[in-house]
Amino acid sequence: MDSVLWNVGGWTHDRNTVYELFWGGVAMKAILIMVLQRLGLGMLTLFIVSVIIFSAVELLPGDLAQEILGQSATPETVAAFRAELGLDEPAVQRYGQWLLNVVSGDFGHSLANGRAISELLASRVGNTLFLAAYAAIIAVPLSLILGILTALYRNSWFDRSVNVLTLSSISFPEFFIAYILILAFAVKIPLFPSLANIYPDTPFLDMLYRATLPVMTLVMVVVAHMMRMTRAAIINVLASPYVEMARLKGISPFRVIVKHALPNALAPIINVIALNLAYLVVGVVVVEVVFVYPGLGQLLVDSVSKRDVTVVQAVSLIFAATFILLNLVADVLAIVTNPRLLNPR
Amino acid sequence: MQKFLSSWWGIPLSAQFGLLVITAYLLIVALAPWLAPFGETEILANAYEPWSSTYWLGTDSLGRDMLSRIIYGARNTVGIALVATLLAFLIGGLLGLLAATVGGVLDQLLSRMVDVVMAIPSLIFALLMLTIVGTSATSLVLVIALLDSTKVFRLARSVAQSIVVMDFVEAARLRGEGRWYLMRHEILPNVSAPLIAEFGLRFCFVFLFISTLSFLGLGTQPPAADWGSMVRDNATLISFGDITPLLPALAIALLTVAINFVVDWKLHAASGLKD
Repeated sequence: MDSVLWNVGGWTHDRNTVYELFWGGVAMKAILIMVLQRLGLGMLTLFIVSVIIFSAVELLPGDLAQEILGQSATPETVAAFRAELGLDEPAVQRYGQWLLNVVSGDFGHSLANGRAISELLASRVGNTLFLAAYAAIIAVPLSLILGILTALYRNSWFDRSVNVLTLSSISFPEFFIAYILILAFAVKIPLFPSLANIYPDTPFLDMLYRATLPVMTLVMVVVAHMMRMTRAAIINVLASPYVEMARLKGISPFRVIVKHALPNALAPIINVIALNLAYLVVGVVVVEVVFVYPGLGQLLVDSVSKRDVTVVQAVSLIFAATFILLNLVADVLAIVTNPRLLNPR
Repeated sequence: MQKFLSSWWGIPLSAQFGLLVITAYLLIVALAPWLAPFGETEILANAYEPWSSTYWLGTDSLGRDMLSRIIYGARNTVGIALVATLLAFLIGGLLGLLAATVGGVLDQLLSRMVDVVMAIPSLIFALLMLTIVGTSATSLVLVIALLDSTKVFRLARSVAQSIVVMDFVEAARLRGEGRWYLMRHEILPNVSAPLIAEFGLRFCFVFLFISTLSFLGLGTQPPAADWGSMVRDNATLISFGDITPLLPALAIALLTVAINFVVDWKLHAASGLKD
């Protein structure tokens, strides 16, 4: 400690404290600005994406009212219906109205059967979130552990076999993995149901049991990506001079990984996790179709084949918004946990 | 021949396997009508006949020969993916080079458009666009080519940007060469290597993507044979323990694994690592 005392704002401090106060303040401010910038950019993206999804209906060949009423409708009925839907107002005004409605939970009506979309979505949003969260809770710790282990014991037989396994599960289409699992664990060894039919009154434990195979499929696909990236990030950090230094000081390998390597590998790892969680949200589409799971993905695929534009619009908006928000959270977390930004020189 | 053989034994086993598989697939695509014992859409027998000497892999949900449909399916599935990838590279590569050469407002405009498209998950974007244009093989190719061209655009632009500032490009510019000449003769030869390496990976991605969409019933429309939709149409057999519906999926997986092996070897060789 320096013996010279400094007078800052009426308080006396030694030099190191002054240094910390000053640079600490600057660092916090820099972090805050970066986070705010990122949030602003995220909101802008969300806005533009909502405009694109809204324009989907505008781009539909022909007229929405004509589409709903069918070819036999007289021009008068179509005109009346257009007025009723508010289709004769300018697009910008309708976009504003649509956005306001969406924010308050009103997604309009299905073109195919006229039901309120919010009603269709109600139970499905929860089901899809359940499936994605269930898979994430298993996949994230598993891939982190596998990633760290394969980085520690790289080029061993363990590393090589995990590598081959993950490379092939990346190369397989999701439905292939799903059907192999069905064949193995529902048909040959009947352990789990091959159809994941879940109703609003299904008890929680039963839900966990019925969703086993879909979750296994998702976990296999996501772990492959996450684990490979975690491994790469940690190996990258392990090659750096400060890890070498820590090792030469005689610190145990475990401590080197946890104390020195992991904090610096955290930013890329967080990014990978978020990217894969976002991927999970989309990956559920195929898995839901295979296992006839009543979620958003199945609704989306059904609506696309029926060309039910308003439902497709609503579901895509939910998927896209989740995707963007998860990426946003990842970016903010990566900024906040970056040791270089937290402890500037 | 001697030279070919010696270089063949010089490449790793996984890459040899990959090259053999890719060659076999290309042969099947080219010779499908001669290899297949029956027609693509011929209804021959009852639905779901078991494997026999007449129908080697049995028949499908409508009584068509499974083996013939897998062979014809190679044409549709691989062909569509190939056309979509080529188109994506044409659009993305051209615009990427243009953005790097011209720069300024055009570059900004294109790059921001690509950013927005990439902010939406591609499966969701593809489904949204397929709703608008309707599901057919043509719209599938166009939609996927457009989506994938964003990724090619990014790569082409970033590689080309480091070439554009080099002296020989500047010299050509001062010589009074036009924009097209610069792109075609000065920049393209120098960006083609990374673009070709990317082609394999993008093809894998497009191929899996198209199979997924076909599996969801939104790709190639019946009665054309397609590996993705074949799995879906015959999936009921799986609950009886029959593996026949998994064969088209296996065909998809085998090709992607083979391409990954070859790309891996190429990238490894290009990076100059020895081990």
